[in-house]
Amino acid sequence: MIALRGLTKEFPGGVRAVDALDLEIGDGEFFALLGPSGCGKTTLLRTIAGLETPTSGRIEIGGVDVTGSPPGRRDVAMVFQDYALFPHMDVTANIAYPLRIRKVPRAERTAKAAETASRLSLSELLDRRPAQLSGGQQQRVALARAVACRPKAFLFDEPLSNLDARLRLEARTFLKRLQRELGVTTVFVTHDQSEALALADRIAVMSAGRITQLGTPSEVFRRPATTFVASFIGSTPMNLLPGVAEDGVLRVGGAELPLPDGVPDGEILYGLRPEYADLTTREPREKGAFRGKVAVVENLGTAHLVTLECTGHLLQVVVPEGAEPPPGTAAWAVPRPGRALLYRDDALVGDA
Amino acid sequence: MSPAEVPRSAAMVSGKHSLGFVVPALVLIGVFLVFPALWTVYLGLTDHRLTGLAAADPQVVGAANYAEALGDERFRTSLWLTVQFVLGSAVLGQAVLGFAIAWVLRDRRGPLKSVTEGLVLLAWILPSSVVAFLWIALLDRDGGTLNAILHTPGFAWLLDHPMMSIIVFNVWRGTAFSMMLYGAALENVPPSQLETARLAGASTLQQLRDVVFPHIKGHVLTNLLLITLWTFNDFTAFQLTAGGPEGRSEILPVYIYNVAMSGGRLGFGAAVSFLVLVVNLVLAFAYLRLLRSRGEVRPS
Amino acid sequence: MTPVRHALGTIGRAAFLALVLGFFALPLLWLASAPFDAHPSITTSVPEFTLANFRALLDNPYALGSLRNSLIQACGSAALVVTLAALAAYALSRARVPGRDALLYVLLLLSSVVTGTAAMVPLFELATRLNLIDTHLGVVLTLSGGLLPAAIFILKDFMDATPTSYEESARVFGASAGQVLRHVVIPLVRPGLATIAVWAVANVWGSFLQPFILLRDPDKAPGAVILYTLYTEGGAPRLDVISAFSLLYSLPVVVMYVFVSRRYGFRFHGGIKR
Repeated sequence: MIALRGLTKEFPGGVRAVDALDLEIGDGEFFALLGPSGCGKTTLLRTIAGLETPTSGRIEIGGVDVTGSPPGRRDVAMVFQDYALFPHMDVTANIAYPLRIRKVPRAERTAKAAETASRLSLSELLDRRPAQLSGGQQQRVALARAVACRPKAFLFDEPLSNLDARLRLEARTFLKRLQRELGVTTVFVTHDQSEALALADRIAVMSAGRITQLGTPSEVFRRPATTFVASFIGSTPMNLLPGVAEDGVLRVGGAELPLPDGVPDGEILYGLRPEYADLTTREPREKGAFRGKVAVVENLGTAHLVTLECTGHLLQVVVPEGAEPPPGTAAWAVPRPGRALLYRDDALVGDA
Repeated sequence: MSPAEVPRSAAMVSGKHSLGFVVPALVLIGVFLVFPALWTVYLGLTDHRLTGLAAADPQVVGAANYAEALGDERFRTSLWLTVQFVLGSAVLGQAVLGFAIAWVLRDRRGPLKSVTEGLVLLAWILPSSVVAFLWIALLDRDGGTLNAILHTPGFAWLLDHPMMSIIVFNVWRGTAFSMMLYGAALENVPPSQLETARLAGASTLQQLRDVVFPHIKGHVLTNLLLITLWTFNDFTAFQLTAGGPEGRSEILPVYIYNVAMSGGRLGFGAAVSFLVLVVNLVLAFAYLRLLRSRGEVRPS
Repeated sequence: MTPVRHALGTIGRAAFLALVLGFFALPLLWLASAPFDAHPSITTSVPEFTLANFRALLDNPYALGSLRNSLIQACGSAALVVTLAALAAYALSRARVPGRDALLYVLLLLSSVVTGTAAMVPLFELATRLNLIDTHLGVVLTLSGGLLPAAIFILKDFMDATPTSYEESARVFGASAGQVLRHVVIPLVRPGLATIAVWAVANVWGSFLQPFILLRDPDKAPGAVILYTLYTEGGAPRLDVISAFSLLYSLPVVVMYVFVSRRYGFRFHGGIKR
């Protein structure tokens, strides 16, 4: 288990990369630190590794306070964004390097490296230098090196970002299976929301050195705590329309929707994922649909993204293959019940 | 945050450690580079000598050395010879010849280019004692190859034309640097611009003036500053003529050696050294300013 | 361009190149022929092939000893320069040192300003007072002081180009500072270290002024000084010894130059030679 208590890292010049952060990561958990660049996620990972000294606060790994320990005494393994494979050592020597530091005899560590390599399908490559490997192979060698030292935790810094798009999906599946098999607590940093959703058991969305939301991928996706998280998560951006709650109805984008209980009157931001609305070209029977004109249709492959021009606002809806109306048609977007989110003062106040 | 944005970790080489790493180098530089420079100032104000009374107990004589130098015919001659040497061999000789070679060779490939470059480079990298003797042999009065080729037996180049000899020698010796620098600079001139100029009917000189020069201005300035600095301080001519005959090739570095080391007048020699130091400082400062304005730094 | 102008240009370029080749080759011919000539004269001629001149070297009391002296001084300086410059460059590259860039600029400025010519008097005085006259150490320290700033500068470039993630990775695996240095940093910057070492050796090997001033004893003098005395001091110069010695003494520099430029694509730019 990794526990962070009141962790703060301030760089000279007063930049607070990590700001009074509390976090507990459970045993065997696959944990994602997600956020845009500059949000402090990499600094947080490096502080856990011991590569940065925190300004204040505590770090515990496996119940031991390691705040003052050097990186080598924390029993963690880190995979860097550029993999940091030593270019002057072959794959065997790279994988065996942590064991060499622990003074494991040469024969034993070579055997151990070969065993780990075969587990990661690297057996053919043991004699190669990093420069002779493809990006995907390099990434697996970096993983093998981390696995070989059997640490209490893995720390991955953007482990997939240096791979090209197609390879990234393959590597993602591989990484998830490896983590499941080994059951080692893993913290990884990413700026790619789809990566975090796909891999993690839990996600911490970070912004300006703080955790904005902590939760499982479906919690973070379904109920983003702030509009920042709402706009950051999801491959198509969430519709965010300004509206007003009064007299028991919600007026937004020219539509009148029923106002859920417990939401007081006043201005409100109405959030609706493009996936959570249905498009129809005939006026629907139920109340509370957005009426507009189809402005743009974008092909997403298995679906289409339709941009609807409503009164004063644009609304995007994902429609299934073959159901897209031609541009210029009048259409209605019907939000699915319970899937819209209401924000006031940048906090979630209810769903509609 | 990408790694590039993360400030470098100071954990391993902390402030205190790093000082320990840097200090040994700084001490050596301090004692054998900085201190001598400063000491020159003091020594130049004394009548320190290699031997005799003033060796045991040097007196501070103030600016007397400088006053004497300025009034000294031999010093003024040396200064004038140095100007000739620098302008003739570096600014005119090395820079122009170096550029011409680089220009003619710019889009050639093959053995002719490698042989030419190789020979020019060889003249530059061979030890100074060796090349000095090669030129003594070449210019020898009785059996010298040059006299044999020109059918001028008995012509004493080093005695009759000592300045001309060391100037031509230094052109031969140092052209490689200018050739390489201009060679690299010319690679940065976009071929499309040269072709445009040629299609418009520009002559070679017009191409050089309108297309090439604007691109390599910075390199030209760098080149002139560096070769001026080096030629101004070059001691190799000493091995050729030792300043003779009768001081007719006694450029400043040789003059300082003859006065201070052979003549034993260390204080006076230090005063002249200080003048050299000041000129060097001006040249080097101009060079660093130039590098900084171009946003690149290269060791000099 | 008219065909006539084109032809003239081609002829002009060819003539210019021929002149350049002649000018640069002429003095070098003697170095290629005389060492193997049974009766070397000062005039360049086709040699009557022999290796006897190299045997004559063995009889000269100073020739081979001076090469050994050159080797001692060159390797001593190279070891000192590489060690001190590597330590300094590593710290300057990795740690936040206030005023680092200014310091580097000043050092670089000094190394080009304080030349042997400008500082021969104080260097001689300094060596006298530190009892370094007639010692290899005196020559090594004096030359190293002048070479260090540029060496630090070049090595810092090498270190800056090496990502810190290599070192950090090793540290996370538990390597100590010494292990990081031995296992990771030194192997990674080895090309840089080799370059600096060769550069320092080549520099010291060719140096004339400093050993000429600091060494009185011919038993300590390096090749540069001995060669100079061979052709300036007393009587008719022994051309057999001079020619063979010149070649032997030049070869290492040429070999080193070829090695560095082949191996690391390193051009001796920006006064790397001086």
